[in-house]
Amino acid sequence: MAEEKKKVKAPKLADPVASSIDVASQEMIARSHELGIETIFDRALTMKQCAIGVQGTCCKNCSMGPCRLPLPKAGIEGEDTRKGLCGATANTIAARNFIRMIAGGAAAHSDHGRCVAEIFLSAARKETEAYKIKDFDKLIEVAKYLGVATTVEVDGEELDRDIDEIAVETAEVALGEWGKAEGEVLSVKKAPKARYELWKKMGVIPRNIDREIVEIMHRTHMGVDQDYKNLMKQGTRAALADGWGGSMLATDMQDILFGTPYPLQSEANLGVMKADHVNIVIHGHEPVLSEMIIAVAQSQEMIDYAKKKGAAGIQLSGICCTANEMLQRHGVPLCGTFLQQELAIITGAVDAMVVDIQCIMQNIANVAKCFHTHLITTHPIAKMEQENVIHIEFDEHHAIEDAKRIVKMAIDNFQNRGAEVMIPQHKAPLVAGFGVESTEYHLGGSFRGTYYTLNDNIINGRIRGIAGVVGCNNARTRHNQDHIAICKELIKNDVIVLTTGCTAIACAMEGLLMPEAAATHAGAGLAEVCETVGIPPILHLGSCVDNSRILLAATEVVKAGGLGNDISDLPVAGSAPEWMSEKAISIGHYFVASGVYTIFSNLPTTGAPVFNDYICKEFEELYGGMWGAEQDPIKHAHLMIAHIDKKRKALGIDKARDRVMMDFASRQAL
Amino acid sequence: MSRLIAFAAIQGGYKVVSQAEGAYKKALATYNADTKVGFPNTGYYLPVIYSLFGIKVETLEDLQEPLDIARGLLPPHIKSKNWLPFLGPLLDAGMAGIISFEVIEALRYLNEPDFYLHAEDPDIENGKLWTGAADDTIFRKRGVEFVDGTAPGFAAIVGSAPDPETAKMIIEDYQQRGLYMFLAANHNGTTLIEQLIEAGVQVGWSTRIACFGPDISSAVFAAGFANRVAMAFGGVQPGDYKKILMYNKERVFAFVNALGDVGTEWGVAAAGCVNWGFPTIADTDITQILPTGICTYEHVVSPVSHDEICAKSVEVRGLKTLVSDVDIACSFGPAYEGERVRGADLHAQCGGGKTQCTELVKMAAIGDIEDGKVILEGPDLDGIKEGGTFPLGIFVQIAGREFQTDFEPIIERQIHHLVNYIQGVMHIGQRDISWVRISKAAIEKGFTLKDIGVVLHAKFHQDFGNIVDKVQITLYTKKADVDKLTATARSNYKTRDARVDNMTDEDVETYYSCTLCQSFAPNHVCSVSPERTGLCGAYNWMDCKASFEINPTGPNQPIEKGECLDTKLGQWKGVNDFIYKASRGAVTHYNFYSMVIDPMTTCGCCECIAAMLPGCNGVMTVGRDYAGETPCGMKFTTLAGVMGGGASSPGFVGHSKFNITQGKFILGDGGLLRMVWMPKQLKEELKDRIVARGEAMGVPGLYDMIADETVGLTEEEIMPFLKEKGHPALDMESLV
Repeated sequence: MAEEKKKVKAPKLADPVASSIDVASQEMIARSHELGIETIFDRALTMKQCAIGVQGTCCKNCSMGPCRLPLPKAGIEGEDTRKGLCGATANTIAARNFIRMIAGGAAAHSDHGRCVAEIFLSAARKETEAYKIKDFDKLIEVAKYLGVATTVEVDGEELDRDIDEIAVETAEVALGEWGKAEGEVLSVKKAPKARYELWKKMGVIPRNIDREIVEIMHRTHMGVDQDYKNLMKQGTRAALADGWGGSMLATDMQDILFGTPYPLQSEANLGVMKADHVNIVIHGHEPVLSEMIIAVAQSQEMIDYAKKKGAAGIQLSGICCTANEMLQRHGVPLCGTFLQQELAIITGAVDAMVVDIQCIMQNIANVAKCFHTHLITTHPIAKMEQENVIHIEFDEHHAIEDAKRIVKMAIDNFQNRGAEVMIPQHKAPLVAGFGVESTEYHLGGSFRGTYYTLNDNIINGRIRGIAGVVGCNNARTRHNQDHIAICKELIKNDVIVLTTGCTAIACAMEGLLMPEAAATHAGAGLAEVCETVGIPPILHLGSCVDNSRILLAATEVVKAGGLGNDISDLPVAGSAPEWMSEKAISIGHYFVASGVYTIFSNLPTTGAPVFNDYICKEFEELYGGMWGAEQDPIKHAHLMIAHIDKKRKALGIDKARDRVMMDFASRQAL
Repeated sequence: MSRLIAFAAIQGGYKVVSQAEGAYKKALATYNADTKVGFPNTGYYLPVIYSLFGIKVETLEDLQEPLDIARGLLPPHIKSKNWLPFLGPLLDAGMAGIISFEVIEALRYLNEPDFYLHAEDPDIENGKLWTGAADDTIFRKRGVEFVDGTAPGFAAIVGSAPDPETAKMIIEDYQQRGLYMFLAANHNGTTLIEQLIEAGVQVGWSTRIACFGPDISSAVFAAGFANRVAMAFGGVQPGDYKKILMYNKERVFAFVNALGDVGTEWGVAAAGCVNWGFPTIADTDITQILPTGICTYEHVVSPVSHDEICAKSVEVRGLKTLVSDVDIACSFGPAYEGERVRGADLHAQCGGGKTQCTELVKMAAIGDIEDGKVILEGPDLDGIKEGGTFPLGIFVQIAGREFQTDFEPIIERQIHHLVNYIQGVMHIGQRDISWVRISKAAIEKGFTLKDIGVVLHAKFHQDFGNIVDKVQITLYTKKADVDKLTATARSNYKTRDARVDNMTDEDVETYYSCTLCQSFAPNHVCSVSPERTGLCGAYNWMDCKASFEINPTGPNQPIEKGECLDTKLGQWKGVNDFIYKASRGAVTHYNFYSMVIDPMTTCGCCECIAAMLPGCNGVMTVGRDYAGETPCGMKFTTLAGVMGGGASSPGFVGHSKFNITQGKFILGDGGLLRMVWMPKQLKEELKDRIVARGEAMGVPGLYDMIADETVGLTEEEIMPFLKEKGHPALDMESLV
């Protein structure tokens, strides 16, 4: 081993403790150095970020460029004379780049959604054996908002419509949302009325999901839209097509096919892998793949097969949002966050890492090469060039066979493990699986379930407000540090946190998704509510595509009453402290456009101060929500809290509520 | 930790559901599946199960479905680490417990038919302490008090106090606040009821202390009472559980007091009650649940000391109760209204045929009287030996810039209940036939006759502040003075009666609305005219007028009757416009004088309900005190269920007892001459007035022509009687 290490050319190695706050990850980074395997943490030291790209003012949309418009260190006094060759201003360039990121993110979520819609249609038409409709209540709910009749009139009597008919029509209508010729995206109407009306007034209701993305690509082509406000209008429309369209449909259809999540227990971190088990790690985003692998891996046939091959069983775990999807519906443990994908393989215990789409680092193929691990790509749109990568294309008509092949391949690979297995013995218990439906139930049971319980405790001040903290990991910041610092600061100040994506995994690893965390980390008011309901102070709402659940939860809070008429009236704020992907920008922007103050650690807009002010300040006037940026996690959290307090004041709930003692006259007035 | 309570309560849920299932299985082994089960005299089946799920449990096997629901509601047990959310599951377990309790009680009624005494008050001498489920007669009578505000809510108290004195202290505090107390369960074998009896407290519905039962399961009768309020007065449909429970949270101001150690079964009961918005206040140290939401304020508060538990409980429920600040030696409050002074407890009495006892309220000039002055003309009680009698004249003089002579009888009528509110003093009757009985206990506490004056002065100011500026009371105890007052009073009564009796709907341009019960029956608006008193029997036109003067923005508003659209049936444009608005368009019009064509709407609190008997070409009416069958095929409670909720139901109408003999009673349909059947008791109660009204309508023998339950309970049974008596309805034009 030591000899191997000497061969490595990398001059700089990442300091494990400086790279991550997570002990398991630290151990694995140190292990990577022992084994001489380069990881993203090391590369982050050697490769610096492009200073102009970070500012958002590098234009490479035509071959006269790239035109680079850095902001002078001293800033700009007087007129900003910076221009690209064509004359494009810093505002135009930054806005074009920004909305191209929205297009990228919206495309990723929505194309994922389309894939689910296609499988839903196959299932509805009974063209696939593997996928079936699981949640009929959700189907009816989705059918209703898509305008699909759920009842039929027979001889003047209203009867339930045939469920198969409803399913087929719902799937057809849903799939149409991506490319229909006329009308508007139907799910947008699920927003509070005031919000929908505002969007209508602003002209940003998406027409269909694909079109808004295409239009961004058109408008940002050389020499088309050169007004940053007009560009952001389209950026807004595309972001809404994602959050209130593609992502929302993806979540809803996943719930129909795989079940609506309900709270369940599990655990998180690399320590969930078991040395004596066949370890299959699934990484990516679509539950379409993982659902089948779960079904197969839990079958007696495969367990017996694994035992025959000398393993004690099969241990599934997940990375990134696939992990969250498997967790919230089946309690499959979380292996790690985005930045742990290489580290998982470095344990030497992964017999197969199965990936589909999004956030899969190409370097895992290089890491896998150092071990016996099979890296299996499954999606036709996501392949890798390295020769050790195995591609097994997954299609809904042969899903079970494909899954069997993959699981079998992993089991067969168990015996090829080297002696170098080292699984960090760190993991934390968690409770996950919160959603719009389950939250309503848990706030009052089958008879009195209502979001009003939450509102009441916001009004009485036990809960100061609600924060959505979501997003990725980013190798430019210490792994998980900001997620945890911000979340802890928020809950300490009685702000309940809703989380998804890699933030959710980070919180889980830190033990913050355990109900016990309320007593140790939350402020007295929030802790009391958590103890009453039996919930952690941070609620896991699923994958990044499930951020739509947060939008709908906010809508339910509006509907329950007492906190204004629109999402922008609520004492809420959003954050993505360690963001890195284009999806994060799309998510951030649909939250902003939905009326939420949303802060990132940094924004790729600083090179264009006027444009930056437009989205960070003027947007509040237009949409009630705006962007913000703050690197320091504690300041970051307090910007959110200050906004929450501002909203509390506007609602008149900043002071203690008087206890109303009802006398007969006040009962009369009811 | 709330988790510990939740853990215990969910365990309790399993225990109770299993108990109920076991009892059911055992019953199935003993009785046929189609054996009738249910609570006595109710149209609401097992009221919790019926109200929440719409399930009508009538036979033994009908219990299967609610038991299945209960079993299905039981959540997994709570883990000790990394537990799942438990508030929703806890509330579900609570509901499973409540359902099971109701099943257990239904089976108790089946297995031990004599376990509960079917009466308002227990029979202590014979050891019958438990009166079980409130039947519909009690429910309606008492429910009205929730509606009209005299009872602000109820305390469901389980367990027992450390000693009888503490029990008495707590109960008397609630009594003074006017609350009902629903008592159930025992603590280590001791019940609160037994403690109260030992401490000499009169228990039973009459003193607002309902003796439900000795086991925790009997606490379910409180939930059954509350849900019937939602259905009967609130018009909420059975099965609409969300509305039923929210109605209770918002309008029924009830809470639970747990006296003693809270075990798993009490825990599940308390959790169940949270579904209703009823919090638990305990005297032992259990985990508090302070965040709000399901209940209006806190959910569980503990430990609360016994001298603070009443004040704390109403505060937690968000209820304002008035403890009348009347400076007399005895306790004072509406809960003592129904208390009796029996022979053995009697110290002295006046009236009641033994001596004269007369009451009179008169208006006085503002300079002629002194406010707060109570004059006793004659000896007080100290000279009277135990068992003695004395004459009494209560003469109240009232002065006020807004006071009118029309208000005299209204104020005078208050004397009855106000004197009754004094603990240990009983008042019966009114005017010159009053009867006051004073107990030994009251004398021991230091009661003097002057206290009557103190009470009347304080309460008249409190209740009628807008019209009363000065009140002076003179109490006469010398025979000559009393006789003189009686003579004056009688001439006053005569003048008054003539004025009121002769007042007709045509005499006035203004009727009054009454929405007194709208907090309970949100869709119902009463219209009151001189010849159509409020259907609850509490408010006549003059009362409404006075009430409007006293509180111009209150529940009684003037209605300009406007153009008369139908003289015969009694319909006015102004009234129609008013009810259209007040019912938010649900009711466009109705007739005052007809029950056949678009009759007035009815709430759940009417005194009587009249129904058509087409076979007899007449009508019947039945009062809420009568529990039996009637010729229309429905008991009162069924009729009220069909009628209540603010709908106009042709063929039926709710009305007051007094209205039966008023001139315009269903005059458009033929008036009182249509009346072919009434319960005997009601008929006898109104005998003089029916006789007089019959004579006035040209049928002198009408009283004897009206059938009652001794004649028959079907149209066929009473028809020969009507024919034999030559009842006028038989010759009238066809009713339909």
